[in-house]
Amino acid sequence: MATITDNAAPARHSHRDEFVAFVIMAAALVAVPFTGIYPYFVMQALCFALLACAFNLLIGYGGLLSFGHAMFLGTAGYCTAHALKVWGLPPELGILVGVAAATALAVITGLVAIRRQGIYFAMITLALSQLLYFIYLQAPFTHGEDGIQGVPQGRMFGFLKLSDQTTLYYTILVVFLLAFLLIFRIINSPFGEVLKSIRENEPRAISLGYKTDQYKLVAYILSGGLAGLAGAMKIFVAQNASLTDVHWSMSGEVVLMTLVGGLGTIFGPVVGAFVIIAMQQYLAQFGQWVTVIQGGIFVICVLTFRRGVIGELAHYFKRSL
Amino acid sequence: MKKLITALVLGGAVCFAGGGTASAQDKTVKIGVLNDQSGLYADIGGPGSVLAAQMAVEDTGFKAKGWTIDVIAGDHQNKPDVGANIARQWFDVDKVDIIVDVPNSGVGLAVNNVVKEKNGVYINSGAATSDLTNAQCSPNTVHWTYDTYALAHTTGGALVKAGGDTWFFLTADYAFGAALERDTTAVVTAAGGKVVGGVKHPINTSDFSSFLLQAQASKAKVIGLANAGGDTSNSIKQAAEFGIVAGGQKLAALLLFITDVNALGLNVAQGLNFTETFYWDLNEGTRAFAKRFQERMRNKAMPTMDQAGVYAGVLHYLKVLDAMGGNPHDGAKVVAAMKATPTDDPLFGKGEIRGDGRKMHPAYLFEVKKPSESKGPWDYYKLIATVPADQAFTPLADSKCPLLKK
Repeated sequence: MATITDNAAPARHSHRDEFVAFVIMAAALVAVPFTGIYPYFVMQALCFALLACAFNLLIGYGGLLSFGHAMFLGTAGYCTAHALKVWGLPPELGILVGVAAATALAVITGLVAIRRQGIYFAMITLALSQLLYFIYLQAPFTHGEDGIQGVPQGRMFGFLKLSDQTTLYYTILVVFLLAFLLIFRIINSPFGEVLKSIRENEPRAISLGYKTDQYKLVAYILSGGLAGLAGAMKIFVAQNASLTDVHWSMSGEVVLMTLVGGLGTIFGPVVGAFVIIAMQQYLAQFGQWVTVIQGGIFVICVLTFRRGVIGELAHYFKRSL
Repeated sequence: MKKLITALVLGGAVCFAGGGTASAQDKTVKIGVLNDQSGLYADIGGPGSVLAAQMAVEDTGFKAKGWTIDVIAGDHQNKPDVGANIARQWFDVDKVDIIVDVPNSGVGLAVNNVVKEKNGVYINSGAATSDLTNAQCSPNTVHWTYDTYALAHTTGGALVKAGGDTWFFLTADYAFGAALERDTTAVVTAAGGKVVGGVKHPINTSDFSSFLLQAQASKAKVIGLANAGGDTSNSIKQAAEFGIVAGGQKLAALLLFITDVNALGLNVAQGLNFTETFYWDLNEGTRAFAKRFQERMRNKAMPTMDQAGVYAGVLHYLKVLDAMGGNPHDGAKVVAAMKATPTDDPLFGKGEIRGDGRKMHPAYLFEVKKPSESKGPWDYYKLIATVPADQAFTPLADSKCPLLKK
């Protein structure tokens, strides 16, 4: 197996750092409802954190920059919302419908997209997601720019009343933590190692006998499916599905979150998502200055800590996070 | 060390404690102005709506009577989920009583659901969708200024009466455009006019030449622009280049605001027909308000109908609260009282709020003046027709609002 040294994370084979960090993160998130922090903000951020983690799985470990991840978020969102509101399915089945739709979409778009690399890959994913954007703009079931509104939250497994704020919070949190562990497992599996080797040097991976296209496709599908899970969960928080979630600027926002947090770090996208969502939420009172502040922070991030918040910390303390 | 760092980072990320404390005092009111502060609709509502709400608070003079009234503002960035989240947070954390403005139909409907859930008060002035008082009506919602029904019916009906009996539509290819075209077609046909054709254009089009040439070739007397924002401005500009209005055809924009006319300039916009429910130069009351508004506005713009709706809505809300003797912090109850009290303000005149939440007032069909007719800055409109409230808005018989069936 081709093991490539990663400068950002020299301490490789011990997972103690990640474990400790995970426990702290989980503990902090579990404690949220008992602090003064507004749970809806954290739920929203967790959905985006999951989306950014899924995106990071592809770029940070597979080296594939997708500029169309909004299509998975939005597709799952619309499908879940439609399943809940029109078909009247229970939440768990609604989520399943959303994730299945996003995964199917990932299979189809993946077969097209992974044939190219770098900027071409980014452009193909962007083009496909724009294609979907216009389909959703027209499709009758999405209600165009009005979106699907007032989606019922229902009862998960028949007994978890999701319209209750605390129940909803812990449901979202559990899903997030499980998905996060899944991503962690994927990255540290033999499959993940091969993925990293493809990122570092694809011709060499091919010469070692790996069918890199298949690895990339599987990574792409996993990433799409997890992004879909984020989209499905988001429906329960926002109670509406709208074009925002399939717009290209959403794909850009995910890139921003991952870059601010730290590309190719496990915890980076989570931190990045919290930073960006916090800016949108808590700077809303500054009105038109939000976009300026957001741009400013991005510039500062790119100029001064290019590895992102977590990437920079991991590098400084020579830890893998 | 490492634990500390991680804790710091995570702590930092989640530690944005929301401010604001609850006080259950009777005479406190918190008004949240939620709109687009920086994007597409910032000129229509934006900071101007915040100013309008503040002016309404000052004009009541209730502060001297012991009321504490705060106005806060938020930017929904035209994203329904951001809008819904801000609204939810305003109710939960900041203890906001009433949300006003909220342009953009998608965000407007999302906030509608949150306000109903939280039993707040919602005076929408900026969104166009007639669903707010129809299929998705709510006991907590008042839709103040205009809606797609009023736009379609006033422009369509009045223009046919004025002789524009053949129509050609230029429609933005999405739900809003289709709804406008459908509604206007119904009115035009009912009034004895005929739709001779139409063409759909994709959203955010920069080149309208082929569409406009088709419209010109159709020889229709009126070209209806069933689109919005940048598409409307672009089609109007390019229509001017093709000399469509100069050639005798009328251009009818189905959704346009005075700030758009100001941006286009009279040379380009002259002869354009469209509907609004407020114009600053209608009467003494509107002129006096507009003058005070313009002085305090950063870019010295005149108020749009959206901003006027915010002013009038907040004014009515506060008057009703004062008549109730205090703030019960019960949205449905306050809105019921607002419906029971006839409205009277200097901008929209006397009116009422219907059972479905629809604020009733006349709608006006305007034509943009020629540059030679304009006496100065912001002197843009000629009044062509006034449509009384009961004809401008959805008849109650046609409404699917569940509130009415009780």
